Formats: sequence, C-alpha cells, structure tokens
Amino acid sequence: MDRVKVITNRFFLQGLLFVVLLLLATMPLYVRPYLIILLTTIIMYVVITVSWAIFSGPTRYISLASAAFFGVGVYVSAMLGQALPLPVVIAVGGLVSLILALFIGLLTLRLKGMYFIIFTFGVSELIRHFLLWWETNFTGTVGRWVVAVDHTIVYYVMVVIFMMALLTGYLIKRSKYGLALRSIGEYEEAAAHIGINVTILKAMTFAVSAFFMGAAGAIMATRWTYIDPSIAFNPLFSFMPVLMAIFGGIGQLYGPILGAAIFALLEEILITEFPYYYMLLFGIILVAVILFLPNGLVGLIQKWRRGGLEG
Amino acid sequence: MRILEGEKVAKYFGGLAAVHDVNFHVNEGEIAGLIGPNGAGKTTLFNLISGALPLTSGRTRFKGETITGLKPNEICKRGIARTFQLIKLFGNMTVFENVFLASLFGVSKEINKPNAKKESLELLEFVGLSGVKTSPAKGLTLANQKRLEVARALATRPELLLLDELMAGLNPTEVAQAMELVIRIRDNGITVFMIEHVMKAIMSVCNRIMVLDHGVKIAEGTPEEITTDKKVIEVYLGED
Amino acid sequence: MFEIILDVVIGGLLMGGIYALIAVGLSLQYGVGRVLNVSHGEFIMLGAFATFSLYTVFGISPLVSLAICGPILFIIGFLIHRTLFQYLRGTSESIGAFADSSLLASFGLLFIIQNVALIVWKADIRGYSYLDSSVSIFGALFSANRLVALLFAVVISLGFYSFLTRTRLGKAIRAAAEDPETAQVMGVNIHRVLAICFGLGALMAGFAGVLISMMYEMQPTMGLEYTIIAIIVVVLGGLGSITGSLIGGFILGLIGSIVTYFDAGLSLIAYYVIFILLLLVKPTGIFGR
Repeated sequence: MDRVKVITNRFFLQGLLFVVLLLLATMPLYVRPYLIILLTTIIMYVVITVSWAIFSGPTRYISLASAAFFGVGVYVSAMLGQALPLPVVIAVGGLVSLILALFIGLLTLRLKGMYFIIFTFGVSELIRHFLLWWETNFTGTVGRWVVAVDHTIVYYVMVVIFMMALLTGYLIKRSKYGLALRSIGEYEEAAAHIGINVTILKAMTFAVSAFFMGAAGAIMATRWTYIDPSIAFNPLFSFMPVLMAIFGGIGQLYGPILGAAIFALLEEILITEFPYYYMLLFGIILVAVILFLPNGLVGLIQKWRRGGLEG
Repeated sequence: MRILEGEKVAKYFGGLAAVHDVNFHVNEGEIAGLIGPNGAGKTTLFNLISGALPLTSGRTRFKGETITGLKPNEICKRGIARTFQLIKLFGNMTVFENVFLASLFGVSKEINKPNAKKESLELLEFVGLSGVKTSPAKGLTLANQKRLEVARALATRPELLLLDELMAGLNPTEVAQAMELVIRIRDNGITVFMIEHVMKAIMSVCNRIMVLDHGVKIAEGTPEEITTDKKVIEVYLGED
Repeated sequence: MFEIILDVVIGGLLMGGIYALIAVGLSLQYGVGRVLNVSHGEFIMLGAFATFSLYTVFGISPLVSLAICGPILFIIGFLIHRTLFQYLRGTSESIGAFADSSLLASFGLLFIIQNVALIVWKADIRGYSYLDSSVSIFGALFSANRLVALLFAVVISLGFYSFLTRTRLGKAIRAAAEDPETAQVMGVNIHRVLAICFGLGALMAGFAGVLISMMYEMQPTMGLEYTIIAIIVVVLGGLGSITGSLIGGFILGLIGSIVTYFDAGLSLIAYYVIFILLLLVKPTGIFGR
C-alpha cells in the first residue's frame, strides 16, 4: 500500500511541476504585461522563501537575515548595473550575498537558538541603518537609480533563478548533506559526534541559500528602478519568508512554494485597497497556523491524502 | 598498547573544578570501567575526550597522537565514538537513517551509499533492531533507543567506544542483554570504556576500573582490587 | 562644557529609564515565561496611542493614563499568555520547539497589533503637548515633561525592583524563574505566575508607552525599534537577570546619549554594533547566568 502511495505521489508532483514550468515559460506569449509583472513579484517571494527553507528548514535555525542577502543583491545591481551585462550583475549579486553569508555563518558558529535569530536580524538592520547613514552623510542623496530592464526579461530571469533554487534545494535534500542538515536540526551535538563537520556544513548551506536571495534582489532592482536602503533591506523581506514557509509547511519542498505563492497573491490583491488588512490577515493566519496547523499546508494535504486513500 | 591516554586532564567551570589533574589510560582490547558517585565528573571526562568540551589544561592522546583541542567530528573520524547519558538520537528520523548517516560521515575513508547502506543494515542486525528500522527513532522503547545509540556509534567504525551509562533505566533482563552486547563489541575488536552505576554489570564485564570522586581519580585496578579498596568503600558508603 | 555634560547625562538617564522599563518588561516575559515576545514594542505603541487618544479626546492627563493604560495592558498581556502561549507550551514537544513556536506566534501578534493600530489611527505621525515648559537645572534647559517622565521611569523601576525582592508574589516570580519545577512543587501556581509575569511585561511596556508619548511623536510603526532596543538591553544585562536589564537600560541610554551628541543618526547603529559584539564575545551579558 505504501509503495502505491509513493509512486502516485511522486508522479503527481513531478507531472504537476512540469506543467507549471511549461506554463511559466510560455506565459509572456499570451498574457497581459500586468500579469507578468505580478507573477514576477510572486516568484520573487517564492525564491526567497524556498532559499530560506533550504537552510532554515532542516537545521531549524530561524534566520532573519534574508533582508540582508536580498538587499545586498539589490545594491550590487544598482552599483554595477550600468557597467556590466545583466547576467554578470545577477551572478555578482548572488556571489556577494553568498560571501556575506559565509562570513556571518562562520562568525556565528557558537550561537544557537534565540541568539542566532536575534543576531541575524541585528546584522540585517545594522546594514540597513549603516547604509542609510552613509548615504545621508557621504553620498549626499539617499537612494539610487537603477537601469530599467524590459519586464519580460526580468520575468524570465526570475523564473530561471526559481528553477535553479528549486533544483538546488531538491538535490541537497536528496543527498547525504540533506540528511546531515536534518540531523543538525534534531541534535547538533550528536551530529558532530558522528563525524559531521557541522560548522562547515551550516556555513555552506547558509551561503547557498543566500546566493539565490542575492540573485533575486539583483534582478528585482531593475524592475523597481529606484532603490534606497529601506526598500532594499526592508525587514519584511526577513519576516515574510518565515511566515510563508511556516504557512506552507517546511517538511516538503513544495510547502514554501505553496505558502509563498498564496501569500504573495493575497498581498497583490489586497495591497491597493486594504494595505493594513492584508498584513493583519497575515498575522492572524500565522497565529492560527502555529496553533492549529503546525505542519502548515503540507501537513494538511498529507492528512487529507492519507484520509482519502483509506476512506 | 595504550589506545587512550590522559595526562593531568583538568576542566574548570569558573572556579569550580569538574575534573582535576586526572591521569588515566585505556589499554587496547580491554573493557575499561569508570565509576564514581553522581557529580564525580565522569561524563565531563567523556566530554573532554570526545571533544564536546575543551580541556582547561592537560593532554589527551589516542593511539599515541595528541587529540587535545580537536573538534568532535575530527575525533570521531580518528576512531572514537560515544553514546550519551541522556539519549541524543535524531528523533524524527528513522532508525535506519540514524545509523546510515553515521556510516556515511563517521568513517575516515570515503564510503559510497550502497556500502554504507549494507553496513548499516548489518549493524542493525548486530544490535537487534532490524525489525524496527523504518520506525521514527523517538517512538522506540528506552532499551531500543540505547541499542540505536550504540549502533549509530558503531557505524562510524570506531576503535574505541565510550559508553555513558548504557544500563541506566534498564530492567534486569535488558541489563543482561546490554552486558552481552558490550562483550560482543569487544570481541569484534573494539576497545570499550564505559561509565556505569550498575555495579553488578561493571564488575563482571570490565578488565580494569577507575574511580572518580569530586573530579579526582581516587583508585584504579581490577574489579577485585576496587571492591576491597578502602577509599572506594568510603566514597560509596551512603550510596545505594 | 558643563552644560553639555549635564545635558548628555540627564538625557542619557532619561532614555535609560525608559530603556530599563521596557527591558525589564521583556526580561520578565523571556526570563520567566520563556517567550521572546517580539510584539513587546507594540504594547509600548498601544500605551502611547491610548494616552494620545485619551488626552486629545477626553482631556485625560497622561499621568492619569498611567493608571488606566497600565492595568488594561496588564490584563491583555495576562490573557494572551494564559490562552495563546500556555496552549503552545502544552502542545510543544520540547523546550526548543516551544521557544520557536512562541517566537513565531509573537510575530503574528506583532502583525496583528500593529495593523489594527494602523487601521484605527492611520499611519500619520501624532503627538500632543503636555507640560511643555522649560525647566532650568544648573543652567541647562530641559522640558518639564522629560523630567517628569524621567522621575516616573525611575520610580516605577525602583518600585518594581522592590516588588520583586520584598513581596511574596515577587519572590514567587523569581523562584519560578530560577526553577519552575521546584516552584510548582512548592505550591506556586506556575500557570498563573507565568501569565502574571507576561502581563507585568505588558504593564511595563504600557507605562513606557505613556511616558514616551509625553516626550516624543508617535507612529503605529514605532514599536519594532523599541523591541529591538529592549532585546539589546536584555542581552547586555544578561538573559534572565532583571537587575541586569535595569542596569543595562541605563548603560545603553547613556551610551545613546553620548553618541547622539556627536551624530544623532549613529545612535541606533551604535546599539547594533554593541549588540553584535556582545553576542560574539560575551552572549551571557553582564549579569547573565
């Protein structure tokens, strides 16, 4: 009975994924530009959330540094956009974020639990306030202009980044490193005692997740065209992936995708008419999920599927 | 050959000496015991050996090479594995995955997945857990959880196995099974160093026993010598 | 020169008093209740806005508001803990899981409270004037409302400190913080004590909010910055030490005042730098265990 479930499960998901990717790839051909722009934003949130989940999911180290990594990508794009071709800018954006993450990761090797969470948030905010102060006092103007890029190109780049992040997450999860990361989340001390170099593994996974956030930031900057520290390093970019991943459910890879897609869609629908109501809704949903749905939507789906097969 | 040596090993927490000026050694192929009242510093000593805690002073040596200051994963790869007094299993992972992971990462030479899988299954057989290999570790009985910790430690192909109160919480049948497992491990060529409170077990299984009290080694010798040692008897008067 | 020093010192003590209040509040919630309440600043904001509305609509003096907003926020905090957090505590499979889920739940609270405030009061900056006149101390000028706020902050802090050390409830709270299991065995109703502590934390936040509203302008989004400062002070003073939070608050306030003298935009940055250095070098803080 188990084997039948697994096969139908895997084919179902893979088939669905293929159809979705096909749709995504061909969308600009028959869909209004407004929808393409909307979709780009949604996929951006999905990328950040999936990237966040690559590290924070299995290790249970809740990182609030996503805003830092995303923002670094945004600023790299702003600073290099005119000098270098787009693919290079995006790669550099990702790389600088990756290096920052390695740096933070190795620095915080002793910090666990609450300390890690607060530290990552502190770093994000420090960067934001520092850039704000620097721009106010030294460059004269706060914020920068970014060379605009055609929205279809932005869309495709974002889709590519999404696919790369998803593939990376999938490969890590299936490898022995994925299992090792889970063991760190279960009992880090024991993981170290069975030969896992927890420091290096944590730092490198953290860096990989930051790469995609940086790349996403780099391409988004070209969509926004004007950026400043409060836009690029908005703390919401640190909070939202956590909410979205928890809502979607961390157990499976599609959980963060689902959670981010739904939340981002909700945000786009509600933000013009009811800006505060949608954030209020997020808060209520988050509390409700934590109380009643600790495994997120993934947990709900699994329960439903299990019930359906037996019923 | 002395497979494990400790020279003037000391650990201070603030001003408090958990372990003070302890010289010890374990001979290859033996089952060595470590006993002492609660709080004597036994687990601390294990933590110092395995790299979980840094030494305040002194040196530890494994197979003649200094291992002081190495991290737990490095010490594991050198050939020392351990179990924990408070079970530290990967609760939400399956029994098989717990052992499989150790097999993949704990050995000094690169191992491929199929071989690791084979070894893991053999180890589960060795400790008697084949029947529950797909169950989540947190759902096991205490005795099985201890078996799993042992299997996981053995998966790293150690030459020295540190057992921290393996028999705590086990009923007499399970204690006998555990004793038998320890002997089988030694017979497979692995040196064992064990902390125990269950006196009957340790006296019958160990070749040599060390006694710690308040962080200091107060006696060392064969089980007969220990049971007749005046200092040891004093320390245990008032103990059960 | 002397005036400058006096200005900086009194300004530092003033901010320090506020910081100490909010840090003590957070410390109670974390040290005893084991909840890192990131919505702490939102309670401050509620205290500030409630005072604003009471003053502008009903003409009720902020000092009287202390007696109104305080208890109300205490009750809200108590109820939130008794329902939300104790439910989480009961259903979490480990302390670590509870720490994570309570943190996330308080995130949710942050979103809820802040946006309810935004809906009610809109995003505009608000303020009111109360006790605006200037007072001269040794030649340096201070507005009366700041001095009164400082006085109240110090009085409340010291009053609370004696509450903790001299009253039976206070001692029960400290016992529960040290060793919840033993305290429970000793007959302390742990559920009620934890909820009271959380409520007291909200109470402190409310007081701080009232005092802040007397001196500064406010916005519904003001909470997060205060939460961060509270966290920094708690870490500085040592997690779990209420005395540490008190002292840490004044230390940070003084540092902030000194840095502000040179460049106002740098004060928050200075706090973050201190914070990060602290986490890396001595995470247990000054008095931490």
